[in-house]
Order: sequence, then structure tokens, then C-alpha cells
Amino acid sequence: MNTNTTRFDRRQILKAASGLGLVALGTSMVPSMAFAAWNKAAFEAKGMSDTYNALGAGSPSNSNDIQIVASDIAENGAVVPVTAVSKIPNTEQISILVEKNPSALAALFDLTADVVPEITTRIKMGQTSNVTVLVKAGGKYYTATKEIKVTLGGCGG
Amino acid sequence: MANPMKIRATNKDGITEIKILMNHEMETGQRKDASGNLIPAWFINEVNVDLNGKSVLKAEWGPSVSKNPYMAFKVKGGKAGDKVVCTWTDNKGDKRTDEATVS
Repeated sequence: MNTNTTRFDRRQILKAASGLGLVALGTSMVPSMAFAAWNKAAFEAKGMSDTYNALGAGSPSNSNDIQIVASDIAENGAVVPVTAVSKIPNTEQISILVEKNPSALAALFDLTADVVPEITTRIKMGQTSNVTVLVKAGGKYYTATKEIKVTLGGCGG
Repeated sequence: MANPMKIRATNKDGITEIKILMNHEMETGQRKDASGNLIPAWFINEVNVDLNGKSVLKAEWGPSVSKNPYMAFKVKGGKAGDKVVCTWTDNKGDKRTDEATVS
């Protein structure tokens, strides 16, 4: 009788301990998971094709259904307003890339079905460059490109 | 702790327009200080926007998003009185959450 209870206790303790272990694992994983979502490789990729590869976009095709709304000449490269509009159905992701920036990828937006695929933001440009909007729709990638001239660079130039 | 964001959300004809202005240095990691040392990169890299408790948009940013980032987008649905919650995380792990009500 006595041994039985001790055995039972031991089982409970083991159970409790494994539970605790899981909890500890869970908490220790939270910060790393929060950062894992950020696509480090894509944001550190240098050229356009490297960035496409890091995003898993391969070689996207040009599309006339993507519009880039921005002025042709940006006076201040530190603040370049850009609006990316996609008319492609099922648009799920919109990225903005600046070809001649140290890292091409500037911003990436994951949209849920409720969001109108039209995003406005402000980016930095080191110099006059092509700005490309990459759209992921229905698992495929499409792009549109527009040149924006910069008269004053965004990196102290 | 970073300064608060400015969030404006308005509903018109069943579409909610959300505009967010964040307060952040967005240091690129390319610049040098007066003594020639590289200033380390410091930028917001993740943004999440909830409308009425449901995540509608997630963004991943690099350092080439402008200082004090601005972002605007539209969501189908929503109504006046709905709650917009925006959270960002920067590359140093700092976080900030602000909320606003749709008008």
C-alpha cells in the first residue's frame, strides 16, 4: 500500500515535471519565434534577384495591373511617399523594393482578404533608382517598376 | 519607451481607412557619427494591425522605411466604434502598442 502511493506520487511528479518543461520551453521560444517571422535573409539580400530568391519569388512576371503612385522626382530621398496599388485578384502580399539601395527590400506587407490591396508608406532612397512593387497573388508573383529620381540622397548625401 | 503612435481610422461607405504614424528613429546602420564610428542599425521590423481583435495586416520592414514611419491602408468592413490596435517591434526587441477607435 505504501509503495503504491509513492509510485503514484512519483508518476504525478513526473507528469507535473514534464508539464513544467513544456511551459519553460514555450516561454523560452516566444521571443525567438517573434523574430523568426522577420525574413532576415530577404532584408539583407543585396541585388534584386537575390531578394526575389530570398522571398521565394523566383523570377516574377511583369503586370500592368500593378500601379505605383509616386512622384517622378523626389526632392528628399529620406522621405519618398509611395503608394502601391494591386488590381490582381487574391493579392496576399505587397513588397516594395528599391533597386539601388544597399538592401533592395524596403517593406513587405501581408494582407488578409479584407484589406484593399492599396498601401501607402514612405521609404528612403540613397539615389535615383528603379522602385519595384512585388505582388504575391494566388501563390504567384508579379512586379511593376517605376523610376524615381532623387535630387537629395536619403543617407546624408 | 518610445513615443506614442498617431492612429486615425475613419469609416466611409463600409470601408475603414487606417492611417498610422509611428515615432521611431529608423537608423539604417549605414551612417557614421562625428568620430567616424558606424551608428548601429535600429529600426522597426515588425508591425501588426488588428481591427476589432482580428489581425488585418502584418508588415515586415527593413531600415529603408523612412524615419517616423507612416502607413495607410483600407479595410473592407468595420464600423464606427471599432477598435484599431497597432503593435510594432524593433530590431532591439522594443515594443509599443497603441489603439484608436474608428470614427
